[in-house]
Amino acid sequence: MTYTAPLRDIRFTLEEVAGIGAVAALPGYEEATEELRDSILDEAAKIAGEVLAPLNRVGDTQGAKWVDGNVTTPEGWSDAWNTLVEGGWNGLPFDAQWGGMGLPNVLNTAVQEMWHAANMAFALNPMLTQGAVNALQQFASDELKQTYLPRMVSGEWTGTMNLTEPQAGSDLAAIRSKAEPVGDGSYKVFGQKIFITYGDHDLTDNIVHLVLARLPDAPAGVKGISLFVVPKFLVNADGSIGARNDVSCVSLEHKLGIHASPTAVLSFGDQGGALGWLVGEPHNGLAYMFVMMNHARQSVGLQGLSIAERAYQQALSYARDRVQGTPAGWKGEGRTPIVNHPDVRRLLMGMKARIEAMRGILYTAAAAHDVRHHHADAEARAKAAVLEELLTPIAKGWSTEMGQDIASVGVQVHGGMGFIEETGAAQHLRDARITTIYEGTTAIQANDLVNRKLLRDKGAALTAYLAEVSRHAEELTASADANLQVLGRELALAAARTGEAAAWILANAGSPALAAGAAVPLLHAMGLVAGGHYLAIGARAALKRLAEGAADDGFLAAKPVTARFYAEHLLGQVEGYRSAVVNGTATVMALDDAQL
Amino acid sequence: MKLLCAVKRVVDYNVKIRVKADGSGVETANVKMSMNPFDEIAVEEAVRLKEAGKATEIVVVTVGPTSAQETLRTALAMGADRAILVQTDAEVQPLAVAKILKALAEKEQPQAVLLGKQAIDDDSNQTGQMLAALLGWPQGTFASKVVPGDGALTVTREIDGGLETVELKLPAVVTTDLRLNEPRYASLPNIMKAKKKPLETVTADSLGVDVTPRLTTLKVAEPPSRKAGVKVPDVAALVDRLKNEAKVI
Repeated sequence: MTYTAPLRDIRFTLEEVAGIGAVAALPGYEEATEELRDSILDEAAKIAGEVLAPLNRVGDTQGAKWVDGNVTTPEGWSDAWNTLVEGGWNGLPFDAQWGGMGLPNVLNTAVQEMWHAANMAFALNPMLTQGAVNALQQFASDELKQTYLPRMVSGEWTGTMNLTEPQAGSDLAAIRSKAEPVGDGSYKVFGQKIFITYGDHDLTDNIVHLVLARLPDAPAGVKGISLFVVPKFLVNADGSIGARNDVSCVSLEHKLGIHASPTAVLSFGDQGGALGWLVGEPHNGLAYMFVMMNHARQSVGLQGLSIAERAYQQALSYARDRVQGTPAGWKGEGRTPIVNHPDVRRLLMGMKARIEAMRGILYTAAAAHDVRHHHADAEARAKAAVLEELLTPIAKGWSTEMGQDIASVGVQVHGGMGFIEETGAAQHLRDARITTIYEGTTAIQANDLVNRKLLRDKGAALTAYLAEVSRHAEELTASADANLQVLGRELALAAARTGEAAAWILANAGSPALAAGAAVPLLHAMGLVAGGHYLAIGARAALKRLAEGAADDGFLAAKPVTARFYAEHLLGQVEGYRSAVVNGTATVMALDDAQL
Repeated sequence: MKLLCAVKRVVDYNVKIRVKADGSGVETANVKMSMNPFDEIAVEEAVRLKEAGKATEIVVVTVGPTSAQETLRTALAMGADRAILVQTDAEVQPLAVAKILKALAEKEQPQAVLLGKQAIDDDSNQTGQMLAALLGWPQGTFASKVVPGDGALTVTREIDGGLETVELKLPAVVTTDLRLNEPRYASLPNIMKAKKKPLETVTADSLGVDVTPRLTTLKVAEPPSRKAGVKVPDVAALVDRLKNEAKVI
């Protein structure tokens, strides 16, 4: 099964929902004209469809392999990686100073969506490399930047993030890896890291690990963690590759999905210490890692969208092809493709509506990132920062939960054939399963939403966001279009109910255990509301284009109907989440552990 | 050696073609368009010749509406040096295109014109041959290998019985076949540079060419759908039907 990048919806969402036109008008982004953006999206779509997508199944069946300490990637992986490197694709959002193209993050996001949809196990490598570049660009010394950035921006070297240890998963305070100063500015790093994505592979000459470890004088807990650069191979003064560093891949994990992405156990310092260099200030590593992590969280949210899009394309193609039975009231001759059965249609509509909603959330968050860092006006920057931070846990938490569900619905559309591996629908479900876990589970995203985004500013940002949605909903309700009216009514109700849930959490801020029990339902409610908001923006824009006489083959006309379906079938769930928060939070911990 | 490459903007090869309801042509509104794949091979070959130091300049040309600029930018992103759009919103047929290319060849004085053997929309397979005839230049059609020599090109052609190798004295016309090369993906830096490369727009009139169609399209229709198969009782019946109905033996 192939993947065809949904370029029309990508362009539409970039322009009408995320406002890429305004982003391209920001200082530094002058080059990102519509014509250039179109050429870039076209070429990326070609690479995604022709190079990366055909390797998706190969990667799943062959997987990454560990033999005598060396990791090999599946057939074709190396050529595909070289295609990205030679094309300069890894450098799309980075400064020209380091060999990047200096183009908007939101455009990079659209390109990354295509990589992930074409081949998620492959796309993790560029994703993590871009995250590592972000962290080094912001916090590393000039010397470290000179040594590593040009070749990481180009993709000649890749980057990894090393947080997790066997005893330190979501709880990073438990990190034990240590770093001892050598005296010449370098450090000897010791410890074991697990779950390191692309922690070892055969695609590049070097791999640059960003590693969290403790200095000898480090205070306990999260305030005593520092960030180090530890390359797989040391880099000589002239930039050439030197001796092998004391870091080795001990094994690879056997996983449910993303088989081709090597998930490494890395051992640092078995032979006397792996040489590393401190990034930024001592004991401040977690804060730096969060920069990488926030990028990674939006990227993983993007994986939720991407895998959903891939699963949808496959399910739709099967539903149009598979002839089976006749639906009630069928007037046509003979049997019909299952796409004409109402419940199959309901499943497909649920996939389509949520995919477009997710695209709206993710691209809006990505555009807010651009505005936050490039706008000339401090107030506009601050506003965008608030929006990006509010949307990040929603983009990650909600989109991955939806992605996983949509991949599962994709299997359902296939019926029994979906359960058979050769069909390919099952791979998307297996691949999607990790997205609600890594880079912070759904619960961690929800805690981030409640603790950092809701409680910290006493509800200011979240309430303002909901107020904007309500204002928007009023306009929709007052419009002349029947679809928009329905959307407006449902969106207003959903925003109000979400506001009640948030208010309940604020009122119970004194009992943190209660807030934690209510966090995930609030995250779901916010995801549904935000998705509806951006679908509505798209629907209005589509109607406007139609009113202005745009030629349409059904794409624009589908927008308000899709949004209405979302309002009627999905926004009602918000009421249930409100009830879970307001009425049901106390019951979460009501049983004694022994009673479970 | 200066090279002229001709490219055509066509409905993307991945798109399922739909015939217009009135049978006047195929639907192109809101349809993804891209460079004719055979022309892409011609541009790729030109770029490889330049990279090998055999070609000095690549001029890419197309005939079509303003939106065909995108196709020219694609060629520029692959490595062509400058572009010419011969702008027209009218239907242009192979003979008109050949005349336009002749006029441009006389103006630009390339040593060779490279173009796809045919376009995947009308499958005419005529432009290159007509151009060679109009210019009085030698032609190497269906090229699967092009080797530059001293004042000549050695072209391996794909013919029915196998491969034929011809030597063309320059200037010459070469039409490219699928096996000649595998076109590259344009790199991001080259896509960005392509925006700054010169793109000149001219009209057919200014080249003194009349593009009025000589052929009239009567009707465009979908291919007939395949009929269901039938079961025959025995071999004799099968042979009979193959002989008298299908007329294949």
